[in-house]
Order: sequence, then structure tokens, then C-alpha cells
Amino acid sequence: MTAPLKSRAAGHPAPLIDGIEKVTGKALYTADLETSDALAGRILRSPVSHGEIVSLDVSKALALDGVRAIVTADDCPHTYGVIPVAMNEYPLARGKVRYRGEPVAAIAAIDAHTAEQALELIELDIRELPAYYTANDARAKDAVLLHDDKPGNLDREVHHEFGDIADGFAAADLVSTEQFECAEVNHAQMEPHATLADFDAERKQLTMHTVSQVPYYVHLMLARCLEMDTCDIRVIKPFVGGGFGARTETLNFELITGLLARAANGKVMMRLTREETLITHRGRPDTQVELKIGMSQEGRITAVDCRVTQRGGAYAGYGLVTILYAGALLHGLYDIPAVKYDGYRVYANLPPCGAMRGHGTVDVRHAFECMLDRMARQLELDPFAVRSANLLEAPTRTPNDLMVNSYGLPECLSTVEMASGWHERKSGLPPGRGLGMACSHYVSGAAKPVHWTGEPHAVVSMKLDFDGSITAFTGASDIGQGSTTMVALAAAEILGVDLARIRVITNDSAITPKDNGSYSSRVTFMVGNAAIEAATRLREILIAAAAKKLEADPQDITCTMETFSVHGSEQSMMSFADVAAAALAEDGTISVKGTFTCPPQAQGGKHRGGAVGSTMGFSYAVQVVEVAVDVETGLISVEKVWAALDCGFAINPLAVQGQIEGSVWMGMGQALCEETRYMDGLPVHASLLEYRVPTIVESPDIEVYIVESNDPLGPFGAKEAGEGALSGFPPALVNAVADAIGLDLNTLPVTPDRLMDALVAQRRKQRRAASLKEAS
Amino acid sequence: MKQIIALRINGAVCEDAVSDSLLLIDYLREVRHLTGAKMGCDGGECGACTVLVDGHPRPACITLAASCNGREIETIEGQVSNGRLSALQRAFHENLGTQCGYCTPGMIMAAEGLLRRSPTPSDREIRTALGGNLCRCTGYVKIIKSIRAAAGAQL
Repeated sequence: MTAPLKSRAAGHPAPLIDGIEKVTGKALYTADLETSDALAGRILRSPVSHGEIVSLDVSKALALDGVRAIVTADDCPHTYGVIPVAMNEYPLARGKVRYRGEPVAAIAAIDAHTAEQALELIELDIRELPAYYTANDARAKDAVLLHDDKPGNLDREVHHEFGDIADGFAAADLVSTEQFECAEVNHAQMEPHATLADFDAERKQLTMHTVSQVPYYVHLMLARCLEMDTCDIRVIKPFVGGGFGARTETLNFELITGLLARAANGKVMMRLTREETLITHRGRPDTQVELKIGMSQEGRITAVDCRVTQRGGAYAGYGLVTILYAGALLHGLYDIPAVKYDGYRVYANLPPCGAMRGHGTVDVRHAFECMLDRMARQLELDPFAVRSANLLEAPTRTPNDLMVNSYGLPECLSTVEMASGWHERKSGLPPGRGLGMACSHYVSGAAKPVHWTGEPHAVVSMKLDFDGSITAFTGASDIGQGSTTMVALAAAEILGVDLARIRVITNDSAITPKDNGSYSSRVTFMVGNAAIEAATRLREILIAAAAKKLEADPQDITCTMETFSVHGSEQSMMSFADVAAAALAEDGTISVKGTFTCPPQAQGGKHRGGAVGSTMGFSYAVQVVEVAVDVETGLISVEKVWAALDCGFAINPLAVQGQIEGSVWMGMGQALCEETRYMDGLPVHASLLEYRVPTIVESPDIEVYIVESNDPLGPFGAKEAGEGALSGFPPALVNAVADAIGLDLNTLPVTPDRLMDALVAQRRKQRRAASLKEAS
Repeated sequence: MKQIIALRINGAVCEDAVSDSLLLIDYLREVRHLTGAKMGCDGGECGACTVLVDGHPRPACITLAASCNGREIETIEGQVSNGRLSALQRAFHENLGTQCGYCTPGMIMAAEGLLRRSPTPSDREIRTALGGNLCRCTGYVKIIKSIRAAAGAQL
């Protein structure tokens, strides 16, 4: 799919084409939309973690002046979800509630104050059941089931084995086993959830503006839950204030707002508070990792045995995919001959988990990279050397049948090793300072889409009209990552025109082609390739028109800098405007379409669950983290980060840098301070003061290096850039702390209190050892 | 209880009857239709609503509209002059100081307040001044770069 680079669009840093709206405040997000004629929506939430709904009486609330509609489970008997075989959640709790804060009823009223008054008048009687807040408690023998069809409160178990594990461990010189605990974390995207639903009572049609990363899923789920024809629904995504996976699934408030708008025969604005946004959750689950690695004297990994338990929350959601990813992405980074994986996804009475940046891989990668360092130490090997001893050679296929066509990990390793001055710096650090490193990778989209409809995986259409402008239409959701700009750059590059000539229209189901959405870093690879194909078709039409006018062979014509010229003939040239006019004269407004479909060989192995992890290409990342540890307070400060990422080719190097910085930093949040905390199921973290994301004060300088391995199938050689670097940060930090103070930590996040506890335990152990020595 | 307030917003004189409990953020967004300042939290936690009150950055979500009687309010919408971006707006745009853009209006107003009192701030000053403004996309690297670039452009 690689196209020749002729002009200066792709590959050069470009500010976002929708950036001016963002810096001027003109960008309209869902909560900014006109609501003078809208009702206000509010949600009644369960006050208990687990229970049977005995009665729900909304009559008094409905009688309140100004209340226009109330919806309950009676208004929607349908489940919703993202995985067709695993939908077990209702927009409004039906029969049972399974977590504190689960929506039970919703109100649309003339204003927010009236809606809030009405909430108080709803009479809800719940018979409480025992509730479970840890995976271990939920799996206890006598535990009450959250879902009757899920014995042992087990959502899903996965067992995979590739290669000969017994042989692998027998061949090892060193076998280590360790356990790691990683706390649940949340996306905490800056924009709280909001939805505006407008039901046209005359036409029986619904228009929804919402904060989704995948408006197509919202469209499907609205049709399912409201029993409407998809052609009577229109879903529009305005500017979205971040996603990070939180908005991949259709969320309950979107369906509830649709139900309310229809019940009220009008328009309803639902703005969730930050607390409600955090309760809606869908973040990364609390995860236990038990990992066993076998290694030869030279640092070669001989076998891996990994057992993962994820506390998935009250409903299935994306859980099946998360638990599969955790195992599948043990592969693809290093050459490992034998891998066994056992994964357990467990229900608990907490908000459902879902997809979050680095979906599935982060906590397992953390355990893996920490152990590589510790085993290297035992074998007296350098951390870089132990990684270099286990490299893949592209092109190849992993034991679980993942396709690897490009592999920039070796260059990432050498780049960061040199840039950080690893060896000199490491030996010269003062006490309390340390350096750590880690590798990581991530998919460029799932090669097998969630819905197996047979359609292409991406479609982009393009129009050239009388005004000389080129408009690209895409359903790809820009949530800040810059996908709209990426489409424009790809089109400008292929067409040889000025970037300003390209407009991009996105995310309106009435206008733009369907897109599978912004998740698993699929957009650049798939939508980028579709944009290239659309632009190539438009270029063919323009070149044919130019050839006719210039009386030349189309094969000899190129367009660069908005000028069509004939190879070998300096006089024969035409401006873009003249060629466009000639092409339009033939047939009027020109519309073309480009598509992209992942080839079968990319779509994963034949084993059960083999579709998860399969991708067109992996990004690869290496980072070095320098820390200063204050052993008196337990405070860790990150002094500097050096990060390299192989994104295949940087279509927009500015956006790629921004993605690497942002993902490294988000990994830092998970490593140092972010965690959800519940007290009897009550989310005590549900504000931005309690859910601590790093501020600018403690955020380090991040030095970024872009490595380009030119993937043979990527758009201009590109792969993903927005997730791969995240999972390397937590282990690099923990490895740096070990370097600084000689303490190996197995729990995330490494908050000051956790570090102090570990330091106290370490000192006690040292004292005991010393006194034993004295006694003997 | 309602009272009449008279204030200047982005240079224009405004007079409105507001209830005692109306927050400045709701006054700007709902009454004046200036939606640039955002709500990102449930009160005073994230800085997305930052505006300048008499030149000082303030979170509009924990400021009463009534307390702004007689004051000068500046919002992101007032930063463009003669159709052109301010130095900070341009720097945030060109240096990718904005990704999703949700924190950006508050971030730029906090930075504007800083540059007015300290035209060439050190990194430490930048970090201190923006300590109450959260961003979830950038890791702050390009935000600091943008503010440095704007400070340089104003010299």
C-alpha cells in the first residue's frame, strides 16, 4: 500500500487542521450545543451494591409540575453491549442492581432543578444481597451469583498454550515466579459525559449528538434498545474532549437519553457530573498477574507461564476482549518459543471495566518487564542486553499466529540507550537516584473487527466540486489524536495539492461513511489506507483529464505543488484549477471512494480467541526513566524520560510526538498515583481531587525519538503511535526505583504510603538479618 | 434573590439580572452564550473553566456571578483580536499545545494571566502557575513549549 512520496504533506509536522477552533473556544463539544429548547435529563442511581428491585414507583415524580417523562427498565427490555455474544447489561437496571450508582430510572424535566426534585420523589425498594468487591471474594465457593448463568461469578476463562512449556522450563538456567497487583484505573478524560437526543415525534426519527469514540456502535445500540429502524436514527459526534477507551462502548446514559427523548417527544440534554462520569467507569480492571519466566544463562527467554485475574466489575462489557488481549500480547514483542496463558475475568459489585489505552496489555507487560530486569540482575546481564537477546526477526509470525511485518524494536533500543547515556549515567548517579528501562508494543487496530459483517474495515469518500475544493468524508472519530488531520495529509500527499485545499467532514451518519471507530489504534492504518485509495482514484481521474488536454500518456503525468506536468516535457503543464475544470466538464461533480480491508493472513490464528491480538502491525517502544526517591517521605519524582517509538512512518510527526508524550505520561499516572478506591462499593475516588492524575507540577520532561520501520502494508509505511509507549512506563519506573534504593516493588501504583510500607518492611528485614548474623 | 450586575466581558459592557447563587461559569455559558470556558469537574478541581477576573486567572465554576459586579471578565473568546489569534493561541496551535482541546481555553487563560505578570517565566513559574489546570492528552510537554514560544514571540 506504500505510495511514493512526492510533495511535502505526509511526513512533515502539521498543526491540527481543527486546532484553531480549539484555541479560540469555537470548538463545540456536546455540552456546548444549543439547549434553549431542550429538557434536562437526570438519572436515579442505585444506592446499594447488589440487590433485587422489589418495587419502583415513579407516580409521584411523574405528577410533579414540569416533569415530561420518566423511563425505567419497563421502557427497555433489551440488553446492550459491544461483543455480540456477551451483552448482559440493560440501560436501566432490570430486576437487579449490581453496583452502587447503576442507573435505575431517568427523568426529563423542563429544567435541571425540577428534574432533581423529581428524583427525590421516586420510591425505590431494594432487597439487598451480599456484595463482593474483590475477585477473590466474588469467586468464593458460597458467593451469591451476580448473573445466574455465570457460575463462580466467572465472566470468562481463557487457556492458551503455544510451544512446549515443559521443555522450555527444563532448558532454562534460571526460573523465576512472581506475583504482581495493579490497581484499577480510569481514563479521566477531561470532558465529562454528555448526550443531546432529539426525537422528532412527527417523523418518529431520533438525532443524537454524543461524546462517542464509536458513533456506529451507538447507532446500532439505539436501534436495538429503542426498537427503531437504523435508518430512522442519526448519530453525530461533535468535538470530543478525550476518550482513551472510555467511550468505545455505547454507554448507558446515551441509551437512557434516547429513551427519554422519545418518551418526552422532544429534545433532552443529559450532562453527567464528574462523579457520574467516573461511576460510568469502563477503565482498566484491578489485575493480579502471576508470572513464571524461564531464562538461559545468556538471557534467552525459554518459556513463559502467565496467570491473570481481572476484576471486571458488574457486567461483561469488553471483558472478553480484555482478558484475551492480556494473553495474546505476551507475544509479538520478543521471540518466545513457549507461552502458556490462563486468564480469569471475574464479576464483582463495582462499575463495569472496559477498554483503556493499552487495552489488556499494560498490567501483564508491567509484570513481564519488571521480571526481565530482576532476572537480568541475577544473571549479571545489562537490562538492554537481556532485551536484545530476545529479538524477533521480521517478517515473521508468532507462535499464536500474529503477523509481524515490521519490527523497529532494535533501533528503539539503540536510540534510547544512546540518547539517555544509559551506561555512563547509570554508574554516575547519586544515592536515591535511579535509572530504569522497559520495552512495550501495541496493535495497529484489531485485524478482525468486532462485527463480522463482511464489509471493508474502513471507507473514505472524497468529492471534488466546481469550487476546486476537495472534501474527504470519514466516520473516523477524532478525539484529540489528530485523525482528521491525518486524513487531510494523506489526501494532500497523494493528490499533490496544498493541505488548505482539503476539507474533512467527520462523524455524521447522515453524511459520512460508516467507520468502525477510534479504538485499538486502528484509524491511521485502516482509515489512512482508505484515504490513500480514495485520493489515488481521484488522482487517476484528474490525470486522465490532464492527459487528454495535454495530449500525453497518463502514465507520464504527475501532480506536485498543485501543478500537473508531463514527464520529460517542461513546457507541458497545467494548473490544478484548469485540470479540475477539465475533469468536471466531462462528468460534473466527482465523487470517489477508497476502502481498506485487512487481508485474511492478518486476521489471526484458528485457535479460540485467535482474533484478539491479530493486527496489521505492531508499534514498538522503549523508554528509560530517571527517578529521585525520597526515602524519608516515600515520594518518587520522575526527573526525565527518554522514549523511542517505532510508528512505521510518521504521517504527522508533530501528532506522533504528542501521542508518545501523552501515552508515556498516562503510564506515569498509573505508575505513581492513579487508582480507584471503593468503600463498600461507594466510589470514594469519584472526583478529580480524589482520583489523582499528575499535574503539570510533577510532570517530567519527555524526550521523544520517532523510529520509522516502514511497514510494508501501512499507509506510507505507518503504524500506530498512540498506545504503544504507555505500558513501558510503569515497569521502567519500578525498575528505576529498584536501581535507586534496591527495593523491588510488585504493586501499582507506587504511592508514597505503599513505598513507605515497603521501606519499613525492608528495614525490618535487614535488621533481623543483621541480628541473626550477630547471634550466630 | 436576583440582583442586577454590570460588568465588562471581553471589553463589552453587560448588564444582567442574576440570582445570588448563579455561578460565573453558568452565567457565561447559559446567559452570555460564551461556551469556551468548560466544566470538567464538579467544582474547582480541573481548571477547564479558568477565566480572567480583573486580569487574574479564576475558576469560573467556583466564582459567583454576583461577585463580578463592576469587574472586568476576559474569556477565551476575547483573545482573538481583529480576527487574528493571540500569541498564546497561535503558539498552542502551532506547537500542539492542544490535542482534544477541552482543557485548552482554561489553559490559555491561565497562561495569559501568567504572561501578563511575568512576561518571560521560568519553567518553574509556568508549572506553578498552571498547577491547577489539568490536561489528560499532552503530558504537558507541548503546553510548556507553547507558553515558552508565546513568551518568546512577545519579546
